Amino acid sequence: MARLNVNPTRMEMTRLKQQLKTATRGHKLLKDKLDELMKQFLNIVRENKRLREEAEKSLEDAYQNFIIAQAVMSESAIGESLMIPRQAVSVKVGKKNIMSVNVPVFDFQSEGGSGDIYPYGLAFSSGEMDSAMLSFSDAMEPLLRLAESEKTAQLLAQEIEKTRRRVNALENVMIPNYQETIKYISMKLEENDRAGTTRMMKVKDLVLKRAIEEKKRKEAGA
Amino acid sequence: MSKVGIIGDKGSVMGFLALGIDIFPAHEADEVKKTIHKLAERDYAIIYITEEASLMAPESIAKYKDFELPAIIVIPGITGSMGLGMNEVRESAKRAIGADILFSE
Repeated sequence: MARLNVNPTRMEMTRLKQQLKTATRGHKLLKDKLDELMKQFLNIVRENKRLREEAEKSLEDAYQNFIIAQAVMSESAIGESLMIPRQAVSVKVGKKNIMSVNVPVFDFQSEGGSGDIYPYGLAFSSGEMDSAMLSFSDAMEPLLRLAESEKTAQLLAQEIEKTRRRVNALENVMIPNYQETIKYISMKLEENDRAGTTRMMKVKDLVLKRAIEEKKRKEAGA
Repeated sequence: MSKVGIIGDKGSVMGFLALGIDIFPAHEADEVKKTIHKLAERDYAIIYITEEASLMAPESIAKYKDFELPAIIVIPGITGSMGLGMNEVRESAKRAIGADILFSE
């Protein structure tokens, strides 16, 4: 592991120790967040799968009925009968917070559709067309719920990916780097300490030797 | 209030007209891409796109995946499902978990 490029001083070490503490704490928190996100995600993605199956099934029914209607009516007649929609769907977009991920909540409103979904007069259209329209409007609800659930799953997946990257970076890079550097500094400091002690002993020796020689000379002179 | 749109071949999107969804028939890759970007810029919260059309503009769809809005949802076209929609679900599971554990059964 690479050691950080810092001066081996006591102050630097204190600073790094503080950073290591923060990093460890952050790592723990992020890991908890990841666990919880994963838990939520699993539920949502299962729901997502279920809704998709449901939506695709009802959509398939709608298409089938529509194909039959197309077979009975001419294309221009179909175009004509669908040309002016009776209702307009609009979505109110709300927000929900799942583990600090903002996900949209869709609230649907059909305007103008006063219980009647057929945008055409019944006189000039076939019964097949009616059932096609009915099954399309049945497919609407699952489709809309699918949209919400699928978007939530996508956003959560993105957040999980991001969080996991952070956790990994902390766990495998940042924290080992700090530890390595702190170890390096403390070893360097101890080394300096020992060097200092040895120097002191040497100096003491020297001073003592000189003092003894001085004393000997004095005694010899006396 | 946001709107709902659908992009795809004419046969598939026709039926949605009656529901009050704005339909955008598109058959060429360029058309599909342009429509996606156009709708995303405007006030469309949900954009449905048929599987056939989604194949023509995978980058455009991926681009909006990380944004809160719009939700681009792949749905089967009138010719039936190719399983691409379910693939999207699988992809997000793979992205989050790192392995395809949900659909292995």
